Amino acid sequence: MNQVKLSINGQIHSLDLPPDMPLLWALRDKLDMTGTKYGCGIGICGSCTVLVDGRPAQSCRLPAAKLEGKEIVTIEGLAPNGDHPVQRAWDEEDVPQCGYCQGGQVLTAAALLERNPNPGDEDIDQAMSNVLCRCGTYFRIRKAIKRAALEIAAGEPA
Amino acid sequence: MKTRETDTDLSRRSFLKVSLMASGALMVGVGFGGQSLASGGKDETWVPNLYVRIDHDGTVTIVSKNPEAGQGVKTAFPMVVAECLEVDWKDVRVEQAPLDDRYGRQVVGGSRGTPDGWDDLRIAGTGALYMLREAAASLWGVPAGDCSASSGTIRHAGSGKSARYAELLDKAATLPVPDVAALSLKSRPEDFNLLGRFVPGVDNHKILTGQPLFGADVRLEGMLYAVYEKCPTFAGKVKNANIDEVRSLPGITHAFVVDGTNELTGLLPGIAIVAESWWQADSARSKLKVEWDTSHSDSTADFDRQAASLAGGSGKTMRHDGNVEEALGSATKIVEASYYYPFVSHANLEPQNCTAVFKESGKMEIWAPSQNPKSGRALVSRVLDIPQDRIHVNLTRIGGGFGRKLRSDFMVEAAWIARAVKRPVQLQWTREDDMRHDFYRPAGWHHFRAGLDDSGRMSAFDHHFITFGNGGETISGAGLSADHYPAGLVPNFRLRQSLIETHVPTGPWRSPGHSAYCFAYQGFFDEVAEAAGRDQLEFRLDLLSRSFGEPPLDLKRTSDTLRIAAEKAGWGRSAGPGRGLGMAFHFDHGGFVSHVAEVVADGPNIRVEKVWSGIDVGPVINLSGARNQVEGCVVDALSTAQLEITFAGGATEQSNFHDYGLLRFNQAPEIECHFIQSDHPPMGLGEPPIAPATPAITNAIYAATGIRVRELPLRRAGISA
Repeated sequence: MNQVKLSINGQIHSLDLPPDMPLLWALRDKLDMTGTKYGCGIGICGSCTVLVDGRPAQSCRLPAAKLEGKEIVTIEGLAPNGDHPVQRAWDEEDVPQCGYCQGGQVLTAAALLERNPNPGDEDIDQAMSNVLCRCGTYFRIRKAIKRAALEIAAGEPA
Repeated sequence: MKTRETDTDLSRRSFLKVSLMASGALMVGVGFGGQSLASGGKDETWVPNLYVRIDHDGTVTIVSKNPEAGQGVKTAFPMVVAECLEVDWKDVRVEQAPLDDRYGRQVVGGSRGTPDGWDDLRIAGTGALYMLREAAASLWGVPAGDCSASSGTIRHAGSGKSARYAELLDKAATLPVPDVAALSLKSRPEDFNLLGRFVPGVDNHKILTGQPLFGADVRLEGMLYAVYEKCPTFAGKVKNANIDEVRSLPGITHAFVVDGTNELTGLLPGIAIVAESWWQADSARSKLKVEWDTSHSDSTADFDRQAASLAGGSGKTMRHDGNVEEALGSATKIVEASYYYPFVSHANLEPQNCTAVFKESGKMEIWAPSQNPKSGRALVSRVLDIPQDRIHVNLTRIGGGFGRKLRSDFMVEAAWIARAVKRPVQLQWTREDDMRHDFYRPAGWHHFRAGLDDSGRMSAFDHHFITFGNGGETISGAGLSADHYPAGLVPNFRLRQSLIETHVPTGPWRSPGHSAYCFAYQGFFDEVAEAAGRDQLEFRLDLLSRSFGEPPLDLKRTSDTLRIAAEKAGWGRSAGPGRGLGMAFHFDHGGFVSHVAEVVADGPNIRVEKVWSGIDVGPVINLSGARNQVEGCVVDALSTAQLEITFAGGATEQSNFHDYGLLRFNQAPEIECHFIQSDHPPMGLGEPPIAPATPAITNAIYAATGIRVRELPLRRAGISA
């Protein structure tokens, strides 16, 4: 076991973790934070996406021990009351079908808008192609990102 | 309020019961007549199969009995009750029911939720409103017919009196319950205030803030995590394994062999590894060395060889109208083509998982993302020899089903492991487990011959279907109805069938059969229309204009969906160089759907730019949910058209999204839905839009590139999407 100190959603957690345990399993099995989902385990489906220092990262391939000193944000921490413009747009466009991938989609979109508040279709394609949706909500995700961008531009609190 | 009575059958089937709960809340339930009889007509044990509860604070709670897999039932069903009860949607709370026989059918499958629920949901809402209106009328001494209802309030225009529902609960509970047959149920879009609107899902907030909802989100005191290793060759048994070594690895609490049964859909033999965290269980699994005892070596290469050989045979005749050989002999032109599609996997994004605890009392409690929890409970009962009434199943939100979670193998595995370790256990399959131990949609080969008469119509249709069987019977998901169109649409028709024996597990995959073979039929129709020198739309509408004997589908409803999709797509316009439009119609699971797809091509590289859909499933309940299913089906079709599962040595060759790559964001088309709200009861929409989407796309590919896709996945035709 390794003693690891992680900053997650603004809180410091001291954890005893097996060496090499990915962040995904530290979150799910050690902290009971189950919003981050397991989908493929090889870092290509994006269901396990979290933000590390503001950038989307696949937590199933990210050893937790290497994240000391980084700011980790999970879907539980983006805006716990759900009023982030991306979460609101996702609800208004009713993006989720099964919903399993949507935590990863929302965090990826939030990171995109953070660095590019007015993304074009190609920017959206590039950012969002890292997260699979088996239900096929892609068309609505595009609409929701554009809606959130408008809301942010209109000066709503981000 | 305009209402119409459409169903005269209601009184025979359902009845209402109203009770005042200890809390003062009013509960109105709907039940089947049979339940009351079963309990001797006494009320004490009666629990409705659906209920609505109105609390003193005005909150309306509606139980959602079916599992939610993303098909939207948890939002759509309560909407129907709220519509009939005349309450504001914001005042409605939805509760997920557990598995309970008193709720009747609790399945996600067959697009059956909506048609099955439609009557009872309306009876519950309308019956509750009836009681409240009677209560107000009685308190005010006015005729109930003079009282109106909206937004949770009864009003009497003449006296100006009004009362919130919450104020009428005590009085309503004392009144006689109406006969269901006397209720006037809303049934048409012009009656609706809420239905037909775009209403976001009731679980959105939890999904978007990462709160627990799904099977693997369950956390129990003292819970352990399990993985389960099965033989890559289906149903192989454990000969020996380094269990002791694995048990000594860090965090491992248990490791043991499960003998299992021979049943592919049941508890297959394997090795359970249980640990303090899932990561430790899975890490230990990588050290596992197992010698398996396997009994077969099915392979795709062998299936292909057999299919080629069977194609030269005569097959078994399943239907023969007129005389096909004679009609082909006198045809002015014969069109001949063969189509093929491979096995595919469900690949729901949430790999199978289940949580179980076997209590000291001998009771088993299970949390399962199951599309068919009742069948899962029966399987657990049978394999573990626990009476069904000692097994309680909680329904969690399902991270995608598509038919995979109609099978309950993961439930019986979790239950077995939990009983063995005497602790709560969460079994989580890996993606690799999921892909290698699916119940696949079977491959199929279709050999078609069509004869044209001098007017360019099909005078004969000859079809040899090569599919899969076991013991001479078609296996799950491999069947084709002998009455499927174009049977009944052409004067001379023959369907012959040949079977390839297999041990591969197969099962229902979104719109079973239809989602596979519609591609073949509608692709071939394209070829026939072209050979006849006719426009694709005109050819199809003409095909749907007459029948020979019983028509295989409603000709008008089918034609109407095709017409509207074509009209909205601007059918007949010149698409321009490197572009093309393609179309297809279909009918399955009660729904009529046609699509027109537009493809833009750069050589063999194509992009599906847009799809226009014409849909008739009767009145739309939730516009958002309805569109979601159409959009999802189109994406699913385009994704699946690029995928295949292959077998070698009796095992699946693909294992994860690197070699079974689902469609990604940048490939998704725009989808425009046009609903025909025909005068029929509403039907489900989780399945009907997928079947015609594949051929609309492949026919558009032909129009754009000149390449006819007769084999899937698309890359076999040299197409890259």
